[in-house]
Amino acid sequence: MILLIQYTLIFSAVLILVALGGMFSERSGIINLGLEGIMVFGAMAGAMVMVLLPDTASRFTIVTLTLLAAAVVGMLSSLLIGVACIYFKADQTLIGTAVNMLATAAATVIVKAFNTARSKGSDFSAKLDYVRGHDAFMFNVGSLQLSWFIVVAAILLVVAIVLFYKTKFALRLRACGEHPQAADSVGINVYAMRYAGVLMSGFLAGLGGLIYIAAANSTWHFDYGVAGAGFLALAVMIFGQWKPERIAWSAVLFAVFRSLSNVYMGIGFLSVLKIPGTVYNMFPYIVSLIVLAFTSQKSRAPKAEGIPYDKGSR
Amino acid sequence: MKDNTKFFKKPAVQTILASVLCAILGIILGYIILLCMNPGHATEGMIAILRNFFKYSAKPTQLWYYFGSTLVKAVPVILCSEAILFAYKAGLFNIGVAGQYTIGILVSLYTSLALGWNWFFCLLAAVICGGLWGAICGFFKAYCNVNEVIAGIMLNWISLYLCNIILSNEKTMNITKSETYDIAAKNKAGLLPGFMQSVFGNNQYMTIAVPITVIVAILIWVVLSKTTFGFELKATGHNKDAAKYAGMNAKRNIILTLAISGAVSGLAASLFYLTSIEHYKIASSVPGMGFSGIAVAFLGGLHPIGAIVAGLFVEYITLGGQYLNTNYFNPQVADLMIAIIIYLCGFVLFFKTVINKPGKAKKKDAADEKAAAKKEVK
Repeated sequence: MILLIQYTLIFSAVLILVALGGMFSERSGIINLGLEGIMVFGAMAGAMVMVLLPDTASRFTIVTLTLLAAAVVGMLSSLLIGVACIYFKADQTLIGTAVNMLATAAATVIVKAFNTARSKGSDFSAKLDYVRGHDAFMFNVGSLQLSWFIVVAAILLVVAIVLFYKTKFALRLRACGEHPQAADSVGINVYAMRYAGVLMSGFLAGLGGLIYIAAANSTWHFDYGVAGAGFLALAVMIFGQWKPERIAWSAVLFAVFRSLSNVYMGIGFLSVLKIPGTVYNMFPYIVSLIVLAFTSQKSRAPKAEGIPYDKGSR
Repeated sequence: MKDNTKFFKKPAVQTILASVLCAILGIILGYIILLCMNPGHATEGMIAILRNFFKYSAKPTQLWYYFGSTLVKAVPVILCSEAILFAYKAGLFNIGVAGQYTIGILVSLYTSLALGWNWFFCLLAAVICGGLWGAICGFFKAYCNVNEVIAGIMLNWISLYLCNIILSNEKTMNITKSETYDIAAKNKAGLLPGFMQSVFGNNQYMTIAVPITVIVAILIWVVLSKTTFGFELKATGHNKDAAKYAGMNAKRNIILTLAISGAVSGLAASLFYLTSIEHYKIASSVPGMGFSGIAVAFLGGLHPIGAIVAGLFVEYITLGGQYLNTNYFNPQVADLMIAIIIYLCGFVLFFKTVINKPGKAKKKDAADEKAAAKKEVK
């Protein structure tokens, strides 16, 4: 049971962060289908920092530098989407898909080159081990093993809620996603706002990617990408109706089902049922589909999302 | 001179030019990446990718054999891109093609290996089930207002796990290798009939899949541009409310579009796996074919015939990765190049404005072009 709680916390942390990232981007008017790719980039950067840091590095340095690397690289890679979709007015769905493909291919190539260089040509795998880095993030509360990632996610969630409801900035951001022309007419710089939204999504998704690979594992194969977690986060975001607090609890709901597939063996009545593990893997997707079917009727996405802003158009 | 400028102003020509530009830029960027990885052998590597099977140009039989293999491997990606562009013209971004493709794999392999059906019925079953899987997505979109991208993604994962569960039994799969059996060994009648195999150096994988692909592409082109149904789909894509006002049944059109798109994806999977050129392996992520299809559709300028050319090109580069010297590079570099090319496809609109600029066309002309360009992007 404790294991279930641990996994649920980890997956909620991932889903909350990435879904919040998607929310900020979509609220500013940019559909960010590339979340998955940004997660891969962030995860790769974080993992590489953990591998590269010397053995003498203190826990604090490891934690800060790793998080920082993931967030910064996440933001940089989100610019791939930002520049293309805002400045060049490219098709957002296409660019998002392209970034996803780019991320997995680039991560595989880079990590393989990295391994080859480090091992002087004996290791060609796309796998990184970061046991020490993984351990640095862990601490115990009673018998419950927690990691700093969850704390970071919780803090960022609170920050996001306050930012979203209580600041002028968020109000402007939301205006750009609803009616950019109107926002422009009262002197808001729509392009700047959209860049801000995309960069925030890059920041959050980069961190989310790092948590996804580092919180429950101490080694990762980068040719798998992040196995659809970014897309799951998009579903969480829609289910959460583009509102931070609703995103938080829907993320927890998804995370429970996601963790069941990892720990069902340990839960008495579930392991008695003798359902193959793969069925549990399907659960979060089936549940989200059904839930979306019942909740989407009155779903209201930001009105101007997906449409490049053109100053000249009416 | 005047004729020349006019030639470049034609939307069709511009689309082709933009796509070619994407491809060339992608190759140049790929070369730069190779340079970063290993400056000494970059040129050699790039030549290996581009030269591809022409390496065998001295031996025509082998040359034709590998050309045939490229054709066979391009079949699924071309059909997936047809499925995507068909839905795209109706304003639906069918990212679920990957899942419908997976269902196609599942059904065609199960009916062939476990039930021992004739190839025709395997094909038919895969097409029908792919279509149904697409229709589920359409149903969610039409009646529950679920965004088709999200529904598609969820269905992708469900189909992957379904496929893993059902195919991993002794009837269909060599459990120790977690790979499906060879159809040729298990069920000879399940193999697709050959097509001009002698021309292609007795390539046993060269089957009727290739001509069927061309026929499907032409059919989709005809449906989209010559029929009332195609017109309705495009109208629904442009403006759902206006189409509804004009008396078109939007809900029916959505479901039908996704069902047809799914059927084509199912066909793609069965035409590929029933040649037995590749076996299904238990996978932990959705087959990338559907996503490459998106790329190919856009690279082909969202035109059914353009998709054939783009599909051949993408497959050519991907297979070119295998000719790289693995001591210096890893073959994923080719995937990276493809991803870059697709990313660049997003800039097509920008390329078009650049092409248009020096001409200093009249204002009205420019506006027309822009409208045309927008249509293309949509």
